[in-house]
Amino acid sequence: MTTTTARIESRGLFKRLFQRTPSKLAIIIITLLWLIPTLGLLISSFRNPNLVKTSGWWTVLPHLFDKAEWTLANYRDVLSSQGFGNSFLNSLAVSIPATVIPITVAAFAAYAFAWMDFKGRQWLFVAVVGLMVVPLQMALIPILSLYSRGGHFMGITIFPDLKLNGTYMAVWLAHTGFGLPLAVYLLRNYIGSLPSSTIESAKIDGANHFTIFWRLIIPLSVPALASFTIFQFLWVWNDFLVALVFLGGTQEVRVITQALAELNGTRGEAWHLLTSGAFITMVLPLAVFFSLQRYFVRGLTAGSVKG
Amino acid sequence: MTSQRTDTSIAERAARSVWVGILRLAAAFGVPIVAFIILFLTFQFLRDSEAPKLVLALVAIVVGVGGVFLLFWAMDFAVSQLSERVQERVRPYVFVGPALVILSVFLVYPAINTTVLSFKDATSTSFVGLDNYKFVFSDPAMLRSIRNTVGWVIIIPLFTVGVGLGFATLVDRLQRGEAVAKSLIFLPMAISFVGASIVWRFVYSFRPEGFGNQIGLLNGVMVSLDKQPVAWLQDQPWNNLLLMVVMVWLQTGFAMVILSAAIKAVPDDILEAARIDGAREFQVFWRVIVPSIMSTIIVVTTTMVINAMKIFDIIWVMTNGQNGTEVIAERMLRWFFKFNDNGKGAAIAVVLFVAVIPIMVLNVRRFQAEEAIR
Repeated sequence: MTTTTARIESRGLFKRLFQRTPSKLAIIIITLLWLIPTLGLLISSFRNPNLVKTSGWWTVLPHLFDKAEWTLANYRDVLSSQGFGNSFLNSLAVSIPATVIPITVAAFAAYAFAWMDFKGRQWLFVAVVGLMVVPLQMALIPILSLYSRGGHFMGITIFPDLKLNGTYMAVWLAHTGFGLPLAVYLLRNYIGSLPSSTIESAKIDGANHFTIFWRLIIPLSVPALASFTIFQFLWVWNDFLVALVFLGGTQEVRVITQALAELNGTRGEAWHLLTSGAFITMVLPLAVFFSLQRYFVRGLTAGSVKG
Repeated sequence: MTSQRTDTSIAERAARSVWVGILRLAAAFGVPIVAFIILFLTFQFLRDSEAPKLVLALVAIVVGVGGVFLLFWAMDFAVSQLSERVQERVRPYVFVGPALVILSVFLVYPAINTTVLSFKDATSTSFVGLDNYKFVFSDPAMLRSIRNTVGWVIIIPLFTVGVGLGFATLVDRLQRGEAVAKSLIFLPMAISFVGASIVWRFVYSFRPEGFGNQIGLLNGVMVSLDKQPVAWLQDQPWNNLLLMVVMVWLQTGFAMVILSAAIKAVPDDILEAARIDGAREFQVFWRVIVPSIMSTIIVVTTTMVINAMKIFDIIWVMTNGQNGTEVIAERMLRWFFKFNDNGKGAAIAVVLFVAVIPIMVLNVRRFQAEEAIR
């Protein structure tokens, strides 16, 4: 560590600036490009509904401090609309288990696919990952009928009728099914790339697979688990279709995206409500991202192997 | 005398070990059964209870999160009661079992269902042989959709992985501001799909001259340059590229976050060693970073290829598949839900499914090769 610091310090200030500037410039350009569309959304969400439809959002830039341009009414409208708090709770009750369940199930499976020996391991893995292409829309109707009528084959009940429709459980399981292939794929790649020496030495010390998994693999896989947690949470949080099909659209059970769509449906082309609503629903996913961000730490693997 | 005593003690010990065996077996079955009963009772509580919403939501979260751990723990406990040799054989299935069961119900069963439907007519009443597949490979709109999907499958991974990797590498060296820069690229992923479609309406929107101000950014730029506004999304074949821009904007955050996590996992000492040996940053990138995260690059690329194959929502909302922007998944949904033709919709889905098999086989080969080395 000290050698690198010394080397960096030994370079001239001018040279350092010259080397750093292009990469910083590239970062700034890419970030701006990515930001511009969202900026349009953000500005529009604070503008007068009529202005949004009659002039471009960038026209406010010259007179940013003109009070006539801005309004908080859009946000007030969205937040005060019926049952918004209720659907926020529903979204949480759907999203948190629908994130934790698939990741747990996938982590166990990924460990087995990477480090355990059993018959059909490779082909089962191909099958699991191949299922990534089954489009979600394709699966909705067959599963809905499984939920409401159970599964029967030649008079034998294979899948009992659990009256799952309209329950949180129905949505959790559906999201787990749709999220699993990618989760298994990503986690198996990460867990499989952990140093085999670590696992072998734990085995020699007499640890069984369950202990190795909990005490060794899970702590070592934190960066991969954290990144997948973010994505799964986002998908579930922003999902509209799965919740609509399995939970139903009544005010009692609807999730936040449904509440927003409802707002749009009853109020015509209410772009001002959708823009502000879109920002409100973004707050929680971004909070999740920021709080998990710190788990992407350099050298996590290297450090624990040495320890 | 002595031998008799040993005999009885052997008999006693045998009897005791039988009892222990029975107890173990009871525990092996009992613990998972109790776990299931607990879960089922809370499930019924959630379904039928009139408790306040906040309580229900909290109970649901605790049950959902705790339940999955409880199930795995109970199953492992059951397996641990077995003899050691049997344990080693059974445990892998405890680990993969839940995943396989869930996948069979939620994806395999619908996939089989779809395959059967693809050989039947529009209302799934009688078999029509390969007619639906003949349609897939002869209908002009279908052929256009296949051509476009090939374009998506090439362009999307190229740009999402390229930009994501470059950005993750550059940002990794920032002393501060890394979190902010990353979250700005990641931001589009947090926008719901409804939001995203509005965002891009504010970019591509077109009004003919004399029909009011332009509210789309691109045409705003055109007008300020004294040029005619352009109907971007009707301009074949470039409209396809403009739709791909939306996808790249949405998905680069995914590639960037996963690749960034992989880059962070490259041990610091290797990078330092390379730098001390006089490697320039460019060389460090190509010779050290890229090779050590190659497996992640391939995984992310594969994911992007599959996402591009499945793309439909951007097209559905922004052009509705008009003006030569059809893609395979969009056609599938259109035949299924708009034209109510289950047979043709299912045949298109099966073609999509089959197209991905070669990619998966390549992936498994690579995993096998990796395992041979380690």
